[in-house]
Amino acid sequence: MSFTNLLRVAITAILSNKSRTLLSTLGIIIGVAAVIVMMAIGQGSKENVRSELSKMGTNLLTIRPGSDMRGGVRQDPSTQQTLKMDDYVSIREKAHLITHVSPEVTSSGQVIYGSNNTTSSMYGESPEYMEIKLWKIEDGECFTDEDVKKSAKVCVVGKTVVEELFGDKNYDCIGKTVRFKSIPFRIVGVLKSKGYNSWGMDQDNVMIAPYTTVMKRLSAQTYFSSIQMSAISEELSDEAIEQVTAILRENHKIKEGQEDDFSVRSQQEIMETMSSTMDTITLILVVAAAFSLLVAGIGIMNIMLVSVTERTREIGLRMSVGARGRDISRQFLIESIMISLSGGIIGVGLGYLASWTASAIGLPCSVPLWAVILSFGVCAFIGLLFGYIPARKAARMDPIEAIRYE
Amino acid sequence: MSEFKQEPNFDAQGRKCVIELRNVKRNFIVGSETVHALRGVSFKIYEGEFVTIMGTSGSGKSTLLNQLGCLDTPTSGEYYLDGVPVKDMKRSQRAILRNRKIGFVFQNYNLLAKTTAVENVELPLMYNRNYSAKERRRAAIEALEAVGLGDRLMHKSNQMSGGQMQRVAIARALVNNPAVLLADEATGNLDTRTSFEMLVLFQKLHAQGRTIIFVTHNPEIAQYSSRNIMLRDGKIREDVLNDNILSAAEALAALPKPQDE
Ligand SMILES: Nc1ncnc2c1ncn2[C@@H]1O[C@H](COP(=O)(O)OP(=O)(O)OP(=O)(O)O)[C@@H](O)[C@H]1O
Ligand SMILES: [Mg+2]
Repeated sequence: MSFTNLLRVAITAILSNKSRTLLSTLGIIIGVAAVIVMMAIGQGSKENVRSELSKMGTNLLTIRPGSDMRGGVRQDPSTQQTLKMDDYVSIREKAHLITHVSPEVTSSGQVIYGSNNTTSSMYGESPEYMEIKLWKIEDGECFTDEDVKKSAKVCVVGKTVVEELFGDKNYDCIGKTVRFKSIPFRIVGVLKSKGYNSWGMDQDNVMIAPYTTVMKRLSAQTYFSSIQMSAISEELSDEAIEQVTAILRENHKIKEGQEDDFSVRSQQEIMETMSSTMDTITLILVVAAAFSLLVAGIGIMNIMLVSVTERTREIGLRMSVGARGRDISRQFLIESIMISLSGGIIGVGLGYLASWTASAIGLPCSVPLWAVILSFGVCAFIGLLFGYIPARKAARMDPIEAIRYE
Repeated sequence: MSEFKQEPNFDAQGRKCVIELRNVKRNFIVGSETVHALRGVSFKIYEGEFVTIMGTSGSGKSTLLNQLGCLDTPTSGEYYLDGVPVKDMKRSQRAILRNRKIGFVFQNYNLLAKTTAVENVELPLMYNRNYSAKERRRAAIEALEAVGLGDRLMHKSNQMSGGQMQRVAIARALVNNPAVLLADEATGNLDTRTSFEMLVLFQKLHAQGRTIIFVTHNPEIAQYSSRNIMLRDGKIREDVLNDNILSAAEALAALPKPQDE
């Protein structure tokens, strides 16, 4: 039988039993919709992280103490004390591919104003930090190099801190003194809001002070937890990393062949690590959804077996007028593929709808085209796989016995 | 295949032998019992013969016809179709044979349910790639016109009378221009007039050189065929040639005209 004839026969058969077809496709519909939504969320959040990170500056470089993971097990970087004042000074002087540098020391704890208090993170930085992380000052101004030199107890604060301490995020708090871990800090500026990032962290719950102040008065340490920098451009990031690495190796007197006791990473690398983590999560979810498709396939096989038995007389008749076994098996295979594919089409539609709804309520969702194509492919394959046994059963019938079947 | 091929044998008038049965037996196992539906049947049918097969109910007529139509295989014995032993054919070869050489009218019509007359008749041609959709439709319409159902093309099988369904079944058997036409009680459900119309059609096909084997209960019909085989209890009791074939067309003309026409 020609392909168009097979299609016509299959469509007629499917349409003559609409409700059953719909029921048997339900599993496929749900499975495919689930796969599509999973992939949409995976893809969407990846894109979101990417755009978020690039908003922070794609030319951002970070030096952390301790060697990179490539050199075996990585120690907790915060306990390593390899990044010193000396390194910061050298980078400022020698690394001409670096435009801004800021040493970083962090501390988190309670901040108090009057009877209000909240928990926040204190970042000890240089004023250049504003440039590196693309922070904007909304009110007042940033602390100065002079403040750094004097370890002045001044800070700029994020909107969330203002709201928590003063009850109103637009409260004019410049000049007010708050206590962070009981050390008084005078507010000199308020940061423009950045909102939440894609993994749900409130970026406005920060306080930024001169790194010298944080080192001396808060954590009493002489080393940095990291050094934040920006390269001249994104393209020159790799060269800038080499330059900084060379300077630090010299500073730390690391011999040829010896491992670095620090690591310099670009924003790009961080992005890649992050998206590969997300890929893994997406993969796990998709595999789970794929199993549901397998179960759905068994459902289709069940329905097809019933259908073959029900249509025994029809099969016998077709055979008696000249249908060969393979004509019959193709007829049922095409039917099961079409059932499974139409389930796939509805499933993709539903998946799109769900992703669209999700993105309408603010979840990052974007359906990748390849997921749609993959879903159709998988559905066709399931139809073929699970249609095989019923089709073979039909093809092996004896025409006379089949035609006499009651 | 050619090594199995029999020397084509011819009868006195030089007609080729299309069907040859040699001691064909067909047993059915029903529970612990064996039903002997055919107990050794042998005969030759030559090209262009119009054979009626008669016999009491249960004498094995349908079983025999299923053998001739390559729908079933003998328990023992040989069946040569055009000199080729059917036993040695593969299932798919028999299917192709049924599709191209044989037209079969079932005792109980066996139409596709909820399907129009024209689609039912098209069915055999669906399995023949030599026909385009257009040719298929045209051949089906021609066959339906030949059985007088030109005005019922789009009627579904469940919207037709028994006689109409039977005629659709005949049209389906004719549509592939078969060399051998096998009919099991093809006129059983038709009124006298319509059965004569069918007989006229069968005689016309016979005149065109087609081989026809016609199972019937009606002894009258035997007079319109060229040979009559009587079956009893799975065996041939009588096999006679008819020297005086009546014309169905004349008989039809002699029938009283229906009043309301
Ligand atoms: N598939 C089958 N299984 C078991 N027994 C069968 C089968 N087919 C036919 N028979 C038996 O074979 C015998 C001959 O049956 P067959 O159908 O050939 O009779 P028939 O001559 O066509 O009768 P009728 O005129 O009533 O159609 C019967 O006794 C029947 O019970
Ligand atoms: Mg019978």
